[in-house]
Amino acid sequence: MTFELETAISPEKLRRVAIDPVSRVEGHGKVTILLDDDNKVHQVRLHIVEFRGFEKFIQGRPYWEVPVMVQRLCGICPVSHHLAASKALDMMMGVKQLTPTAEKIRRLMHAGQILQSHALHFFHLSSPDLLFGFGSDVAARNIVGVIAAHPEIAKKGVLLRKYGQEVIRMTAGKRVHGTGSVPGGVNKSLSAEERAELLKDAYQMVAWSRDAVGLIRQLFEQNLTEYNRFGRFRSAGMCLVAADGSMDLYHGGLRARDADGNTMFDHFDYSRYWDVIGEDVKPWSYMKFPFFKSLGPEDGSYRVGPLTRVTHCDSIPTPLADKEREAFVAFDGGSSAGATLGYHWARMIEMLHAAECIKDLLHDDDIIGHDLMATGQRQERGVGVIEAPRGTLIHHYRVDENDQVIRANLIVSTTHNNQAMNTAVREVAKQYLDGVEITEGLLNHIEIAIRAFDPCLSCATHALGQMPLEVAIVGADGNVIDEATRDHRGLTRLVS
Amino acid sequence: MIAPTLIFGWGNPSRGDDALGPLFVEHFTALAALHPEWGELEFLTDFQLQVEHALDLQGRRRVLFVDASLDATPPCSLVRIEAERDASFTTHAMSPQAVLKVYADIDEGEAPPCWLLAIRGERFELGEPLTEAAQQSLQAALQLAADWIAAG
Repeated sequence: MTFELETAISPEKLRRVAIDPVSRVEGHGKVTILLDDDNKVHQVRLHIVEFRGFEKFIQGRPYWEVPVMVQRLCGICPVSHHLAASKALDMMMGVKQLTPTAEKIRRLMHAGQILQSHALHFFHLSSPDLLFGFGSDVAARNIVGVIAAHPEIAKKGVLLRKYGQEVIRMTAGKRVHGTGSVPGGVNKSLSAEERAELLKDAYQMVAWSRDAVGLIRQLFEQNLTEYNRFGRFRSAGMCLVAADGSMDLYHGGLRARDADGNTMFDHFDYSRYWDVIGEDVKPWSYMKFPFFKSLGPEDGSYRVGPLTRVTHCDSIPTPLADKEREAFVAFDGGSSAGATLGYHWARMIEMLHAAECIKDLLHDDDIIGHDLMATGQRQERGVGVIEAPRGTLIHHYRVDENDQVIRANLIVSTTHNNQAMNTAVREVAKQYLDGVEITEGLLNHIEIAIRAFDPCLSCATHALGQMPLEVAIVGADGNVIDEATRDHRGLTRLVS
Repeated sequence: MIAPTLIFGWGNPSRGDDALGPLFVEHFTALAALHPEWGELEFLTDFQLQVEHALDLQGRRRVLFVDASLDATPPCSLVRIEAERDASFTTHAMSPQAVLKVYADIDEGEAPPCWLLAIRGERFELGEPLTEAAQQSLQAALQLAADWIAAG
């Protein structure tokens, strides 16, 4: 089974446009588009380098090293891996309930991660598209352009991100490679001074997060038709929810709904995730395609992340974010809650929720407590799941009698969203590229669809001079007709 | 009290030669302990450069950014950098020039004098150790940075 526009009937007769790599996305992703002589789109694929190297990297390590080491898998959300691994190893140690201090410190760390990650994505990576327009001047379409045109917005983005990083630093013990969360609990709580320091700006962060929700709502109001139809498609979804059905980004049971909104499973124990989730493979992609087993690989794809979480939960347990959730799902008869660009709105609601959580937790005396560790009966395997900024993150380990990890399986948010992102870019290709001459501005529409998911395609490898954007149009005879390279100096056309 | 000199290395310690930035900081921290005449230094590391790092430049007299580079002439290069309107779309990570530009644009005024020490790297795969060539480049970079510090 292939999806519409997944595989062309006679690809050898078509010309190929490649977006390689996709920009403002972590890691190396590539989009290929096959067109005929009339520019009709026949095939669109998003290819992503898989994370399979991760498991090998982990195998053979002592389990207590894992929560620290897995942070090196990803320079974008190391705390998510830190916490998911810690939760898996809690289970492996037989710890069913953390001490109140340990759980709240971890929740605080996680809220800091959500805040800084969502701030970076919205203010840095997506706002250039949203504030300047999808096909706007390529030179202005970046964070520096945003700062030039909207200095107050950009400055808030910088300070929100910085605040989230400070929360992480104080809870994890270090700015990077934190060690705060350990199997069975945490190794530090907050000091009274750290708590006071964070409290100084906590209310400001809530206020700025509210402003950000207002900004994305305003952008939707100004561009309602385009935003609602851009890359729109129907999809099932999955996320964690608390026992009462409310949003819980740190812990809960799995809730899944089909594309019609019918509940497929609810409060499902994630320690047996493989009973409900399978992983399909495609010959053209290194990345797996997860699916709900009850629907099968052909019909069982789903999406995860902010849009799913905000629309699938029954409520959000902080008042300002819950009010914004209600407004979002009711807006324009609920249409924006099903839009691909609705991810941005949902993301800002979650950022507000994270800011409220931080503020509330800082007022809770448990965060300066000293009862940090719990114990239990050792098990041979453990599964940890959290809702990372980009969506559901699963860590699964088996540990032998020598305390070494012998098997590891990670399903990261971007893998869950693989089929959804492919569907979104195909919808955009149909809407904007079919039958017209391809321009850089039109290709950016494809990237905007991908960026809505905030995918993290790889980890923190980078070096000066790496990762230009290359666009090549190749004729049916294999000759390059047109080619452009975009690097840190802007767009440079090489062949024309 | 903010240290007048900031040395900021970045990269992923578990991705081959990408570790050069943080490794440089680790080695140079030890070296600086033997040279009190260099004055007060602050050392920071991170996986990637990001917008909030503009705030780390506040109150500095000079800043040395250190990163692995595929483009640097082996073994390393040291250049003064200026704020630049960076049109990069290609990575979550910002260039140090763009960080300087953010510093200026968020009303912090002109950024302090900054240099970029680019250390030649060859391989960047997860779980790989530092290559032999990168180890040699690291030694050269440490000497170059020591000269830079001593020159005031």
